Amino acid sequence: MSRPEFVYVTYIETTPEKLWQALTSSEFSRRYWFNTELQSDFKVGSPLALVMNGTNTDVGEILEADLPRRLSYTFRHVLDETARNEPPTKVVFILEKHGNLVKLTLTHENFTEGSKLLDGVSKGWPAILASLKSLLETGHPLTIPPAALAIEGFQ
Amino acid sequence: MNVQDFRPAIVYTIYIASTPAKVWQAFTEAEFSRKYFFGFAVEAELTVGGAFIVRAPDGSLHIDGKVIECDPPKRLTVTWNVNWPDLIEKLGPTLVTYEIEQAGDAVRLTMIEAHDRPLSDDILSGGRQGWPAILSSLKSLLETGQPLVVKMAPPRRMLEALKAMGIATP
Repeated sequence: MSRPEFVYVTYIETTPEKLWQALTSSEFSRRYWFNTELQSDFKVGSPLALVMNGTNTDVGEILEADLPRRLSYTFRHVLDETARNEPPTKVVFILEKHGNLVKLTLTHENFTEGSKLLDGVSKGWPAILASLKSLLETGHPLTIPPAALAIEGFQ
Repeated sequence: MNVQDFRPAIVYTIYIASTPAKVWQAFTEAEFSRKYFFGFAVEAELTVGGAFIVRAPDGSLHIDGKVIECDPPKRLTVTWNVNWPDLIEKLGPTLVTYEIEQAGDAVRLTMIEAHDRPLSDDILSGGRQGWPAILSSLKSLLETGQPLVVKMAPPRRMLEALKAMGIATP
């Protein structure tokens, strides 16, 4: 049996380089990722910290950084009492040129059965990646109130 | 056919800077759907039991379904039956539900493809490939005025699985 995972695909009218930059720079991520900073130098082996409104929410380590094709890191939640005790998961972004578009495939994997974190990320990623697509295509991210995602503890 | 027998096989959620009314239009009007749905035209008779048809760009019948639930602009469920010989007999009907909700200034759209029996990953690869492309294009159209040009063919693994089941594809 394969372990539970979340997979999401979207097509964005941009270049792989611009998408890579958006996935690795706080300047962008603050705008589309609910005011989250991505603290890392994105070199293999380096630490990563996600900091939302000044609070560290998730930590990880960069596993792959093959610019602008493939980025992966470990991902462990540190805030919620239940989710913080789950083992580390893995986030993989694959960026593929598709005509004048980029096909972005996100796989968030290695969850345990009944994972609380999986429920949260399954609701969170579509909003984050839709806002990222809007930002790259229109110059404006979406304004989605966190409460609209119905993730326990995320207001 | 009993809706209770169907289980979600593919769920895709996307947020769009638009209004529920516009997203509803996109799923029910031919002129609109042709733009983002790569030339495919939706012809929907918006009443329970009404016809729900999708025509391919050459005018041929691609989806031959019926409206199952219709609650504008919030929820539309249709039988999304691909008009290929023997497909329904062998795979059963497909249900597609669109849920449209306001989420702040944006609209949360959730597409649920459901079946009344387990289907292989090979068969489901068609929907897993198609929906993200169609709905990404819809988002671009509503937000920028321009749809996406996504060039793709049906997944080979799906075509081979259909052939192995004796289902003829165009």
